[in-house]
Parts: sequence; C-alpha cells; structure tokens
Amino acid sequence: MTNATIVVVLALMALIAFAVVRQRSVALVAGATDQLHSLPRYHGYYAALMVALPGLVVLVLWLISGKYIVENLILSGLPSALVDANAERLDLLVNRIRLIAENGVGLETDDAILDAAARFNSLYGRGIAATLVLTMAAAGAGYLYAVGKVAPLFRARTRFEKILHSMLALSSFLAIGITIGIIGSLIFESLRFFQQVPLEEFIFGLKWSPQTALRVDQIAAEGSFGAVPLFAGTFLISLIAMVVAGPIGLFAAIYLTQYASPRTRNFAKPILEILAGVPTVVYGFFAALTVAPLFRDLGMTLGLDIASESALVAGVVMGIMIIPFVSSLSDDALMAVPDAMKEGSLALGATPAETVMKVLLPSALPGIASAFLLAASRAVGETMIVVMAAGMRPNLTANPLEAVTTVTVQIVALLTGDQEFNSTKTLSAFALGLALFVTTLMLNIFALRLVRRYRQVYE
Amino acid sequence: MSDDRANNLDVLSRRVNWKSTQMRARVRRRYWADRLFRLSGFSAVVIAGLFLLFLLGNIIQNGISGFMQTSIEIDIAFDPTLLPDPTLPPDQFSAALARADMQRLLRQALMAEFPNVSGRRDIIQLTRMLSSGARAQLRQVILKDPSVIGTTKRVRILASDEVDQVMKGNIDVGVSEENRKLQDKELAWLGRFQQEDRVSLSFHSRFITGGDSREPELVGVRGAITGSALTLLVTLLTAFPVGLAAAIYLEEFAPRNRFTDIIEVNINNLAAVPSIVFGLLGLAFFLGFMGMARSAPLVGGLTLALLTLPTIIISARAAIAAVPGSIRDAARGLGASPMQVAFHHVVPLAMPGIMTGTIIGMARALGESAPLLMIGMVAFIVDVPGGVNDPATVLPVQIYLWADSPERAFIEKTSAAIMVLLFFLISMNGLAIWLRQRFERKW
Amino acid sequence: MPDTAIDLQNTVGAQPKMSIRDVHVRYGETHAVKGINLDLYQDNVTALIGPSGCGKSTLLRCLNRMNDTIVDCSVEGSILLDGEDIYAKEIDVVQLRARVGMVFQKPNPFPKSVYDNVAYGPRIHGLATDRDALDEIVEASLEKAGLWHEVKDRLDHLGTTLSGGQQQRLCIARAIAVNPEVILMDEPCSSLDPIATARVEALIDELSGHYAIVIVTHSMQQAARVSQKTVFFHLGEMIEYGDTTQIFTAPRQERTRDYITGRFG
Repeated sequence: MTNATIVVVLALMALIAFAVVRQRSVALVAGATDQLHSLPRYHGYYAALMVALPGLVVLVLWLISGKYIVENLILSGLPSALVDANAERLDLLVNRIRLIAENGVGLETDDAILDAAARFNSLYGRGIAATLVLTMAAAGAGYLYAVGKVAPLFRARTRFEKILHSMLALSSFLAIGITIGIIGSLIFESLRFFQQVPLEEFIFGLKWSPQTALRVDQIAAEGSFGAVPLFAGTFLISLIAMVVAGPIGLFAAIYLTQYASPRTRNFAKPILEILAGVPTVVYGFFAALTVAPLFRDLGMTLGLDIASESALVAGVVMGIMIIPFVSSLSDDALMAVPDAMKEGSLALGATPAETVMKVLLPSALPGIASAFLLAASRAVGETMIVVMAAGMRPNLTANPLEAVTTVTVQIVALLTGDQEFNSTKTLSAFALGLALFVTTLMLNIFALRLVRRYRQVYE
Repeated sequence: MSDDRANNLDVLSRRVNWKSTQMRARVRRRYWADRLFRLSGFSAVVIAGLFLLFLLGNIIQNGISGFMQTSIEIDIAFDPTLLPDPTLPPDQFSAALARADMQRLLRQALMAEFPNVSGRRDIIQLTRMLSSGARAQLRQVILKDPSVIGTTKRVRILASDEVDQVMKGNIDVGVSEENRKLQDKELAWLGRFQQEDRVSLSFHSRFITGGDSREPELVGVRGAITGSALTLLVTLLTAFPVGLAAAIYLEEFAPRNRFTDIIEVNINNLAAVPSIVFGLLGLAFFLGFMGMARSAPLVGGLTLALLTLPTIIISARAAIAAVPGSIRDAARGLGASPMQVAFHHVVPLAMPGIMTGTIIGMARALGESAPLLMIGMVAFIVDVPGGVNDPATVLPVQIYLWADSPERAFIEKTSAAIMVLLFFLISMNGLAIWLRQRFERKW
Repeated sequence: MPDTAIDLQNTVGAQPKMSIRDVHVRYGETHAVKGINLDLYQDNVTALIGPSGCGKSTLLRCLNRMNDTIVDCSVEGSILLDGEDIYAKEIDVVQLRARVGMVFQKPNPFPKSVYDNVAYGPRIHGLATDRDALDEIVEASLEKAGLWHEVKDRLDHLGTTLSGGQQQRLCIARAIAVNPEVILMDEPCSSLDPIATARVEALIDELSGHYAIVIVTHSMQQAARVSQKTVFFHLGEMIEYGDTTQIFTAPRQERTRDYITGRFG
C-alpha cells in the first residue's frame, strides 16, 4: 500500500458520492428536476467536493509531516550508544536509516541501523494505513454532511461555485506562495550559512575556496567564502554577452521594424525565435566543443593566449543566446512608438536612419533600456553555458581571455555530486542563490518599472 | 507690423536652393549614412541567422554519424564445450548462458582469424577492437537460435568506439602512433577486415532504444527520453490545471485591488527568475522539507512545474482576455452565473490559445537542465525508468553528462542526442504553431 | 496684408505649383484614386472634400510621396512640382518632403522640447549655419504659426505638454521651419475643439499668402472658410473642381449638390 492507494480510494469515494447524491436529488422530486433549485449534477458536484476536500486535507497533512513523525519515533527508539556516537550529526544518521529503508540493505552492516530501517518501513506502512483510515473517515463525514443537505431548495450550484471560486483564487495565490517559498528557503539556508561565515567575508572577501579540509589538522580547514571573484566573473561574462547581443539585437530590431518588408520580417522573426528556443545545454556544448577551439586558434594566429575556458567564449555564446531577447523586446518598444512620430519625421524630409536615430530611439529608449536590463538579467542567471564553457577556478580579473568562474557555476559545482546537505559548502550555494535572486530581481523590477512608465507616455 | 516681425518672416521667405552643390553633397551624405545604417541592421539579422545556421550545421555535422555504428563480421565457432546444453529447459538454459564465458568464445574466434597473433597483450588488444557489448550480442544470437551451438557462423559484432571513430574518419590516423589510441597493429588488423569487406557502418537502432552506458558505442537515449516524458507528464498534470485556474481567476473574477496587482507583478517577476533558483527551491522544499526521493521524475516534474507556471498563467490570461466581452454579456444575458460564463463560454473559446501557450511552456521545460542538476537528476542511470519515483535523467541532462565524457566518440553521441532533443522541440513548437493557425480567431 | 489678397481670376493663367496628371493609386486590389487631373497654385488654399474613403487623403499623401512607406501601394500617372515629376528617378524624396511639408490629422509633436521640435527640420537639412541662425528660424517659425508668445518662455518644455491646439500649431511651425513651398494638411482640425480650430483656421488663412496649401477636410464649413479652390471627390473620382464660392453656391454636378446639402456622406 502506498500514498497513491489513498488518492485512488479518495477519488473513487468522490465519484460514488457524485453518483449517489445526484440520483438522490432526482429521486427527491420524483424526477421533476425543474422543482430543484440547482440541477442534479450540481448536487453531485457539491457532494463530490465535500468528500474529496476533507480527505485531501488529511492526506496533505500526512505527506508533509509523516516522515518527520516516523523519524522522531525511530530516533527515540534507537540504542542510546548509537545516538550518542552520532550526537553531532543526528540528521546524517537518520538519512542513513532512510536510505536503507527506501533502497535496501546495500553495504550497511550495523545491526542497530538495519533494525531501525526495518522499523522505519513498518512504522511508515502503519502510518499510511492510519492515514487511509483517517482519510476515509473524513471523506465519509463529508459525505454524510452532503447527503443531509440535499433538498429541493438547497442551493447546491451556488455553494459549489463558491468553493470553486476559492479554489481558483487559491491557485493564483500559489504564485505568491512560490515567491515566498523561494525567498523563504533561500533566506533560511543562507542564515544558517551566515552563522558559520560572516556576512562581510561573503560580500567583500576576495578569495573563494569552499573546499573544507579533509583532515582536521590541515591549515585553512574552514575554507574561504569571499564571493567577489564569482560576481566579478559573472559580470564580466554578462558584459561580454551584452556587448555581443546589445548591438546585434538592437540593430536587428531596427532593421525588422523600419526597413524590412513584411515578408522578410515574417521570415526573420521566427529564425530569431528559434535562437531563443535552443536549449542552453546545446549552447554550452557548442561553446565548449566548437567555439572555444576556434577562438584559441584565432588567438594563436594573432599572438594572443586565449584560455580554453575563457570568459570570452562563454560570453560570446551567451550573447548569441540572448540576441532574441534584446531584439524582440526592442522590437516591441519600437513598434509601440506611434506611427505618427515616424510619419512626422519622414514628412519633414528626414531619412529613415535620421528618423530612427533622432525620433524613434529617443522615444523608445525606456523600452529599449528595459530590454537590455531583462537580457542582462538573463545573462547573469544563465547556468548551462557557463557550467560547460567557463572555468571552475575563481579568478578576479578583467581580462576576457582568461578563465573565470561565475555564481551559477559554483552553485552547480557545490550541489552536484554526493554532498551532505548541511555542510557549510552546500549552504554557501544557497547564499549564492540568494545573491543571484536579489540581483536578477532588482534588474527585472527596474526593467518592468521602466516599461510601465514608458507605456504611460503614450496611453 | 513691427520691423522685428518683418525681419523674422524674412528668414522664412528665403528660398532654399536645393540644387546647390553643397545641398546636393549634403543630401548624398545623408543617403550614404542611411544606407550604412540600413546595412548595419541587415547585417545584424544576417549575423544572427548565420549563428543559428552555424550552430545547427555544426551539431548536425557532428551528430549524424552518431546514429551509425561500425560492426565487424566475425566467424564465431559456437564451441559446445563453453556453452550450455541447448536441450535444457529455457529458463535453465538462459541462466546457464548468462554464466557462460563469452569473452573466451570471442577470443577464440579472433585468434582463429589471426593465427599469427600471439602473446597475452596482443590478444587482449585484439579483443579490444570489439565493443564490450559484444558478449551480450553473442548471448542474444544464441538465445534467439540455440541451434547455432556446435556450428560456426559469421556474426556482425559491434566494433569498439575507437575502431568506429577511425572508420568514420573522426580520428586522424596520419599522426604518430603515440598520439592516438589505436596503434598501427590494430590498424593493420582492421585493414585486413576491411579488405575482406567485413567492416560495415550501418544505422544503430540501439541509440534510440537503449539506455545509458559508459561505452559510447552502447549508449542510447531511451532512458533519457522516458525520463523526460515522465518529468514533463508530472509538470503538465500540475502546472496546467493550476495555471489555468489562476489565469481564470485573475481574468474573470479577481477584484481590481492592490493585492491583485501584487499577484500580477509577482507573476511577471517569477517568469524572469533564473531557472537555477527554482532548482534551489526544489532542493530545499521537495528534497529537504518534504523528504521526497532524489533524482526522481516526480521531483523534477514538480520543480519544472514551478518554473513553467508563470509562463502558462501569462499566456492563458492573454488567451482569455482576447475573448471579447460581448460573448460574456450574451451568456450573462441568458442567466448564466459568472462561473458558468467562464467555464461554458470563455474558457472553451480561449482553449486553443491556452494550449499553444502550454505547449510552448512544456517545450521550454523539456530543454531545461540547470534546476534538474540541483535535485540530483544528474546521476548515471542505465535502466529505463518505469515510474515517477524511479531514479531517472532527462534528455538535456544526458547531453550535459555525455558532453563531459572524455572519449572522442561521445562528441557524435552528444550531438546526436541534441538532434533528438531538437526534433522533439521542433515537433512541439510546430504543433503549437499549427494549433495557433488552425484555431486562432480574430475577434 | 497686400500679398494675401489674391485675385482668383489671375491665378488661372499662372504657372501651377503642382500638377496632377491622370493619377491612379492602388492598394493591392483596391483602386483608391481613379484618374485625377488637378492643378494646384501658389498662394492659394485648395480644399479636398468628399465622403470618407473617397481617396482624398490618399491623393494628398501622394503629393509628398508619404505613400512610399506603404507596401503594395502603386501610383500611376505623373505629379509635377514646378514642372518636375516627383516620382521620377532622379528626384530625391528627402528634398521633396522638405519642399512639400505636411501636417497630420492628429497633432504629432516629437517627445522633445518645443525648440527641438521646430529645429528638427532645419537641423537635418542643414539650413542653419550656427546656433543664432537656428534660433532665428525657430523664433520666426513659431511667430508665423502664432505660437511664439504662448511658448517663448517654455521652449525647453516637452512639445507633448502643450494643449491640443498648440500642439497642432507647433506641428505647423515645425513644417514651415524648413521653408516648404507647398503645405499639405490632412484634416488638421479634426481632433481639435472649436476654439483651437478657429485659431488654426485663422493661421491657415494667414499662411495662404506664402505657400500653396492643400487641405483635406470633412467639414464643408471649414472648406468654405479657408479655401479659394475646392475639389469634390467621390469613390476615388474627381467629381467637380472650382472656385470655393462657386462649388458651395452653384455646384454644377448633382452629386456635389447632394453632398453639400447633406443628402449623403
């Protein structure tokens, strides 16, 4: 029996409630359904909801708290010797037990742990059974309530629609829930990180080497967590990306909105969109496999030494990726300038180029600035290209030919592979994530503000 | 009329001599500037197009051979002393076959081909020309037709990835011996097979139907495709209903107040949050807080659902907003409740647009890899996942893993996997475009 | 003002500023203007009237080739400015549009300062050699448009902050700043209130002494007030052309009479 069983049982109960209550409402007026306030099916819907919702509440409570309850029961039942031996990292011990419980014995030899794992499984099984019973009880109560309500003048439709209305509202509040979840989890884990590493070191420290020592007696056992080199690398690569994407994207938008025939436009816009639709992992592969050697060879003939994981390569390829963002958002900004502006300028004898430079661009400037900011925010948060084509070693430099690392690269490096969840190293990834989130959020908010203000000018 | 004014108006009554040489030169200059400007714009579009062409061309050029694999035909003597008795009951027979020493069978066959190769190292080198999957291949041949035991039969056996790369011309055999993996000896052996026309390059269905492997010649994308499909299924089943419900609420029911404004701004901002941050959320919430299984499509799908939800809400809202108010008025005029107006009239009419947006959101989720790295969908997994709680990887992460592998042969496999991914993406976007063109209404 | 009092009889024999000869305009399948012949004279206001969609705006936009920007719009026949075909290859659109200015239906000042709005044309055409000359042109243009006294203290304000009527006069000032010979006006008062309309009409009347002005209007009263010549269009054809007084008092064509008396349109 698994959690899925409970879901199936609950769904069946709701279905039965629907059928029975629907039938009952018809029977109540002896088939003369026009005497009912609501159509029979609304009586059915209402009953089904009354059955499903209480059951779901129980189920969700179990899903959230079940494992914790079982874990605590297991911990209290463990031999005290084992608990004392692992006093500092009880969470690791619990993880070990759970891994065995879920994936089988493996290489574990400690009988106490094997025993605990077996108890975990049996307790968890009992927990599921108990939840099933509780769910059915809650659903049954809901059913009795709904059946008791059926009456010719019972406003089943109104009631049903009210519940539906709140469910719709709840869905839209979920968007806020996600944001709260993001901020909450990032801040929560970051706070734990900042208990171990001072905030000043993270913000102003020039050295990033999260490798905690293997042996206690090693020097620098704590590692250092100065994020400056990571942000410097991120901004260097983003800057290169914007240098590539900015002019190309803007000029493409100008050409497509001002010069191109509708046919060219219909042909070129999808091509730019495809550029945006190519997964970033593909760009990363392309950068590492093709562009990096190309630039290396090119640098060689020019007498430049370009690192094979240079900021330049990652930046240029990222620039290609964000061309469509710049161009389509600039396109929108240019198209939003009223035609009357363009006509007014042309009618005075301005050339199209003069019209663009002196009238359209100044008018569309907030929109275009916002396009650049949004694209920059993309670049700052982009992960796969830099993971595959930029370096791993923190390097505080402004030289685009050297290898640098970025915030996102470090997050991936810190969190992939087997990690203990609570080490300073893993927690530092959340601190980086928080910094990244705040940076991109500020860029986005600023960009959206600009657009909003700019729209007001013409509305 | 004052003097001042008369003077002023005089400025304007001076006729400009447009035909003067200065004026003509000036106009010519302005036209040049315009042409240059136009050319810059055109170049920008062309450059973007060329980038795309170069990218895709490069991938296809590298990847097309990834669907092909080299095999060598070898005369195998199915030695009855090494193999189980074919008269055994089938289950015992296959169990015994699994224990049989296939490596020896291969070695004997190769030594028979090259009687003058001797010495342990040379013989090991000789067998290394064949894929390590050759044993399984032989087992399959025997299982299919146990009567081959005791006979000698010519069997097509997968060559190793190095031989395969030489055959495809991806390795330059002109460089000195120490700079390549395949030595002169091996090249000579390969040359003999080639002379006898026993080396062939053919479509390699295993790449489509097989799971992951450490050996490039044995890898397949089915595990990753299945993982992607399961993950997307979870994403679709969660993000679509919630996104649609949120969009209906915001367009049809939400009061215009500060709170609704906050939700809207919030959704727009969420759409621009870096995907890796969603990965961190998934890690902290689904794995850390909820204690769900690592590397599973369920968690991956839920994480991607959080990521695509804003996209779906935004496009669904646009589709719902495009349904004209007159339809709502008409339904309301017939006594429909607001809920009935929304679900019986507005949503069905907006459905094509909602579907289009959803498919585009799903396509984005299909190409996403960074958040899935965070929740451990980056493990080496050979088996094709059977359910949403099995450990799995997805196509883009598979690409990432292969791209990281050092063997030369993985370049073409990675590129080929990218072609498969792009095929799915193009199909999904094609479907979205078709939907839009087929059902889109202009109100 | 002596030079505004034009003897209509005399202009008939004079050289026309612009001549329209057998002009057809098509947008794709639509035949918008069908074989128009018309002469426009210097120092003279010509009003184009007719029901909506009769092709009068289309014809107006041909006179400074604003139709060039519209794809699949084709113009046949010839339009001469001082005897030169403006659709000829060697004619330069940029110069043409400087010589034939245009004022639009809705005031469309650039989102720049009042000064920069007026200085825009002279700057791009290089009509002023230095800042003083430019100042002089801007002042003269605003003066001529009757706007100088209203805006002289806020030349650095955005043009878009002026009232509707001021904006339209700013657009007229902007057009005359490049010394045009002809000014085309496409329903210049349709978005203005009656008081602003009266001011713009007075301005048109004042300007009529210096330029050939062509005005498209929906309002017959306006045509009667500001123009010396009137052309009546219907379904892309020119039905009647004549002195404004004659058209409004004794139209020769029945359709003109019907339109003027309000029987259709």
